Amino acid sequence: MAGFAHNHLLGIANLEREDITTILDAAEAFINVSRRPVRKVPALRGKTVINMFFEASTRTRTSFELAGKRLSADVVNVTGSGSSLSKGESLLDTCRTLEAMRPDIVVMRHNASGAPHYVARRVGCSVVNGGDGAHEHPTQALLDAYMIRHTFGTLSGLKVAICGDISHSRVARSNAALLNKFGSEVRLCGPRTLLPVAAETLGAKVYADLNEGIEGVNVIMLLRIQRERLEGALLPTMREYSRKFGVAQPQLDRAAPNAIVMHPGPMNRGVEIHPALADSERSVILDQVEAGVAVRMAVLYLLAKDQRGTSPEQAAAMGARSAES
Amino acid sequence: MAGEERRVLDSDGIARSLRRIAAEIEDQIGASNQLGLVGIRKGGEPLAARIADLIARSDGRSVPVGTVDITLYRDDAASMLPDPEIGPSEIDFDIAGWDVVLVDDVLHTGRTVRAAIDCLLDFGRPRRIWLAALCDRGGRELPVAPDFVGRKLEVSETDIVDVLVGQDGPDRVVVRSAGTPEPASGEGA
Repeated sequence: MAGFAHNHLLGIANLEREDITTILDAAEAFINVSRRPVRKVPALRGKTVINMFFEASTRTRTSFELAGKRLSADVVNVTGSGSSLSKGESLLDTCRTLEAMRPDIVVMRHNASGAPHYVARRVGCSVVNGGDGAHEHPTQALLDAYMIRHTFGTLSGLKVAICGDISHSRVARSNAALLNKFGSEVRLCGPRTLLPVAAETLGAKVYADLNEGIEGVNVIMLLRIQRERLEGALLPTMREYSRKFGVAQPQLDRAAPNAIVMHPGPMNRGVEIHPALADSERSVILDQVEAGVAVRMAVLYLLAKDQRGTSPEQAAAMGARSAES
Repeated sequence: MAGEERRVLDSDGIARSLRRIAAEIEDQIGASNQLGLVGIRKGGEPLAARIADLIARSDGRSVPVGTVDITLYRDDAASMLPDPEIGPSEIDFDIAGWDVVLVDDVLHTGRTVRAAIDCLLDFGRPRRIWLAALCDRGGRELPVAPDFVGRKLEVSETDIVDVLVGQDGPDRVVVRSAGTPEPASGEGA
């Protein structure tokens, strides 16, 4: 099996197909750990993972936390509110402070696109992007890829419709990038006000009509409509959105016969997805959550594994370089 | 690649060794005990299946077979983690209270066995864990002793022992000096 020659996981854009396959293959093994009576293996004993979430998150943070704990790493959570960030400390100073506590991996979520990349260049430990602004959310795309590969046996030659608020969505971006790498067709579906200006640069076809967009697709990937952010400004009303872009059985019938419905959560039942569909056997939404823990275990394991190649001297040199920059 | 490689067990020799191991297991673990076999991936996996089959044919006792993968339980995590060629650990029977025989192809340092025991205990608490190995090449680094051994090998510390069972060509055990090309599978340490 190929190795994983990366110090950080910052985005799908930086990964090769082989890297993605390596992560998904490892996740296949890790999913079994979560299904055993004792859901823990000693692989990362003595390693420290800091979850630094500057933006609200429950499922991603919990998923990373469980992933670390099931590998026996020590996991510490730092959240935005109540942390020193709200006391005026700069992002870099916060990171250097945490780095001085010698974590092996920092998982970071931030509302500014590129924040994890900025930090990764300046600290000695590994950085995992847990979602940055409207840019990337690589572990979400990886777990979605896991589900798709698990269902169809491949990531190539499929048609995937990503529906909803595309322009604000890092999930859509990372998923489009990943599926493009494997040669699947990506369709972005949503009201014109929620489609990015240059959507074609994401390597996707754009549809402002849901029924056209999901015609014959293998996967319908729904995104959450952020009520608080959108109503009134970019969307007339939620009801109108639901009528035009909500997915229920009649819409699903337009997709391929074996199509699955995915949602990164949290979902708004009755807005982007019909409640009955969310609970139907075509929905893999809860399987996605399970896969998320396994995929994050794989990511933490592979990053920790590669750190073994770094001698303390090299690590010190990296630290010195970062202090100069 | 000949010359540097010698065959220490052929197909018949392996079959004889497995028959003896199966007979000893039947003998020592009475029918009143619940017996399960667990192969250590990957070398022990086909051997455990063969032994279970032999026991079933000889006294009709049905013996469930599982596997453990020790990748995530290795003790060299601090120096290096192996590539994540991690297979599933699959034990479909509840091992609590059972007599479980761990089966490996080559017993060497004992570190693999230590890891396999840890992995097994994460599935439940067996009444007793036994150890069977097709070959014992010595060189223990942990206080681990086998209960059932097919063949003791006299090899130098740098030699590599390959057990090839259920793969291309006839079943065989070969010893080769370090640096000789691998025939097919890796070494069970």
